[in-house]
Amino acid sequence: MNYFTKLIGWVDERFPLTSNVKAHLTEYYAPKNFNFWYFFGSLALLVLVLQIITGIFLTMHYKPSAELAFASVEYIMRDVPWGWLIRYMHSTGASLFFVVVYLHMFRGLLYGSYRNPRELIWLFGVGIFLALMGEAFFGYLLPWGQMSYWGAQVITNLFATVPFIGPDIAEWLRGDYLISDATLNRFFAFHVIALPLVILGLVAAHIIALHEVGSNNPDGVEIKKLKDKKTGIPLDGIPFHPYYSVKDLVGVVVFLMVFAAIIFFAPDMGGYFLEANNFVPANPLVTPAHIAPTWYFTPYYSILRAVPPIGISQFPGVAAMGLSVMAFALLPWLDRSPVKSIRYKGNLYKAWLAAFVISFFILGYLGTIPADTYGQFGAWLGKADIATVIARICSVVYFAFFVLMPWYTKKDKTKPVPERVTG
Amino acid sequence: MSDKQNDQYQAGSQTGASCQPSQSPQVNLEKRNFLIATSAVGAIGCAVVAVPFVKSMTPSERAKAAGAPVEIDISKLPAGEMMTAEWRGQPVWIIHRTDEQVAKLANHGTQLSDPNLEVPQQPDYCKNKERAIKPKYAVMLGVCTHLGCSPGQNFVATADWDGGFICACHGSKFDLSGRVFKGSPAPTNLVIPPHKYLTETTLLIGEDGEVA
Amino acid sequence: MKTINYMKKVLLILSLSPLLAFASQDIHLDKAPVDVSNHESLQRGARTFVNYCLNCHSANYMRYNRLMEIGLTEKQIKDNLLLAGGKVGDTMTVAINKKDAMKWFGATPPDLSVEVRARGADWVYTYMRGFYRDNTRSTGWNNTVFDKVGMPHVLYELQGEQELNHETHQLELIKPGRLSVEEYDTLIGDLTNFMAYMAEPAKQQRNQLGWFVLLFLGVLLVLAYKLKKAYWKDIH
Repeated sequence: MNYFTKLIGWVDERFPLTSNVKAHLTEYYAPKNFNFWYFFGSLALLVLVLQIITGIFLTMHYKPSAELAFASVEYIMRDVPWGWLIRYMHSTGASLFFVVVYLHMFRGLLYGSYRNPRELIWLFGVGIFLALMGEAFFGYLLPWGQMSYWGAQVITNLFATVPFIGPDIAEWLRGDYLISDATLNRFFAFHVIALPLVILGLVAAHIIALHEVGSNNPDGVEIKKLKDKKTGIPLDGIPFHPYYSVKDLVGVVVFLMVFAAIIFFAPDMGGYFLEANNFVPANPLVTPAHIAPTWYFTPYYSILRAVPPIGISQFPGVAAMGLSVMAFALLPWLDRSPVKSIRYKGNLYKAWLAAFVISFFILGYLGTIPADTYGQFGAWLGKADIATVIARICSVVYFAFFVLMPWYTKKDKTKPVPERVTG
Repeated sequence: MSDKQNDQYQAGSQTGASCQPSQSPQVNLEKRNFLIATSAVGAIGCAVVAVPFVKSMTPSERAKAAGAPVEIDISKLPAGEMMTAEWRGQPVWIIHRTDEQVAKLANHGTQLSDPNLEVPQQPDYCKNKERAIKPKYAVMLGVCTHLGCSPGQNFVATADWDGGFICACHGSKFDLSGRVFKGSPAPTNLVIPPHKYLTETTLLIGEDGEVA
Repeated sequence: MKTINYMKKVLLILSLSPLLAFASQDIHLDKAPVDVSNHESLQRGARTFVNYCLNCHSANYMRYNRLMEIGLTEKQIKDNLLLAGGKVGDTMTVAINKKDAMKWFGATPPDLSVEVRARGADWVYTYMRGFYRDNTRSTGWNNTVFDKVGMPHVLYELQGEQELNHETHQLELIKPGRLSVEEYDTLIGDLTNFMAYMAEPAKQQRNQLGWFVLLFLGVLLVLAYKLKKAYWKDIH
């Protein structure tokens, strides 16, 4: 014991170990009223670590070449001992990463976690979300199946719609006149090193900013306002370690059970996590009958399809899709409500949030199906595709949620916020 | 840093703090000018170094070589059928249209998005009724102008359909000249690549008559 | 408006016409009798696969000696399945020349290692039983689930010849083969079962292991929950 203390002392003289452990764990005071929604931050970190570890092991066997990529994935699935498990962990982890991050973001919407003084935490978070989308997109090409190939083809062509410089950008991204070996090779580089570095940096910034201002909570009350006079510890704060470390551990185990259930019993998830068409090797000359992006991109993809082109330019749709993602970054400045948490917001905000979530789900679903699935309206609506019209309505609701927020959050009838957190 | 410089820095920063930088103009000016100059030259250096990195991502010589023109023998292509060649890794369709099919093309005018071929999706020598050098042979890139899928062949004519292509991705429809029908998500007609006839029955895709 | 009417008619015709490839998605598929724990069925399927499919189609990712998992011995594999010689550790490659295949069938026969994952077992099962005579095709064969298929009916001597009744859209046996309808269905069922196994050989192990992992995590959950309770007793 004495030797251990001495060792720690030796380290502390050379590296701020104890002070960092204190600042971020044992003396980081978090509100004591975290609920279910507060599990997803630590879970996102867990999935990030899992993805990095499984990813490292996959790179030991995977070959980033158009000739060999598809075969090397099957090699991992069959010939590499336990390769199938590591691959399924990685493919399932990708989807669950988005599940966890979406829930984490929704928590922010519920309790106003993006509000002053947490704007930067939120902005770093939006940055992580964007980087994560890039990471998922680049990674999806690597198995070099039909869906990989045509998904990448559709997305890189989105860049080609940018006026004037678009085609050059698309060609520069692909490194060829179409998706090819050169594209696969560079996407591999982006996927395994470039974006992971960006994500790690942003996650560090996200957490440092959080620990600077302190965590929000379901009541949206600033616990730092009321501190114990002697110790200076917030009255409603408890140290992250051991209280939240043991609580998050419960969340981790529940998450791992869901994770394991999918990996071992339904790794395809009915075609949503692994698509049937991706078991056909990429073929530039044959397009699959129906191309849809993976489920976590479909709400934005729906918005892209819903916006009609101006003249011959597809750019408006692409721009709308970009805006639909970037809109999240503006939330701290759009929300004018005097209260943070939904607990004290009025029915107006609740209704808008519900409309937004429902639109998001409907858009997500519509993005997975062909536009003519539900047939057409009659002549009175110009025989438009029913699915397209619904997507347009939902897109309008989606953007209205952001654009009208300054108005409806101000007009909303809020309830008085308590001094201290409630249970 | 020498002590003297250090003192100057102290003095400079103090005057700066009191918002009166003109009190020791010589020292500050010298620092500021070199600060600007060093930053500017450094930034230029960074920009220049960035060029090879950015350029390294453009198509390589190998990719460019693969994009070289291809020669195709069309003597064995029967009327009413098509063949697919590959140029720059993209499918190039050569469709041998029957006289009947060519005749029917003229009826599509009002149903097309761009019947007058105003959008330059074809070389000037194909900006004609049949969108072709020789009316019987249509040459086009089999890549949908919507989002780059490869439309499927639907040549069986019915009462309402004269034969053409339907894109499986989002349902765009094209006639046998690659002209897009109104109501399709694809905004423009299919692209006709530069091509020329080397002999009566040999096509060169990827090169114009003009260039040669 | 007229154009849209026209388009709608086209769409209608296209979606009704069984001659068009993309309409094939709506075609009824029969349920394949897949049970990868039935080793006898898998072994019969493996034999059918090696005897008939492996002449043109490869299964480049499947190793012969993996068949020991389904109860075959190394000697059985060598004597009964490795017809052209080779090592038991080899994968199921095929000697057919790609250019020849392109000439004969209009397409290269695809690798079948993961065919069931790409198309589904029901599709394979229905496809292999869905060949019918069609004189407009150069091979003389067409298929109910894969219109204008390039592959001729390899098993017609066993199944016999079918014809498509264009009114009922049902297949009718016009010339019986060496096997009865039931025997042929069993043969294809076993073949499909084997192909389902081959598409993901680790599946059985995956499913079995899953229960142990969940059980372990269940125990860990109880412990973690008790730990949390113990710490949080004093927080109110």
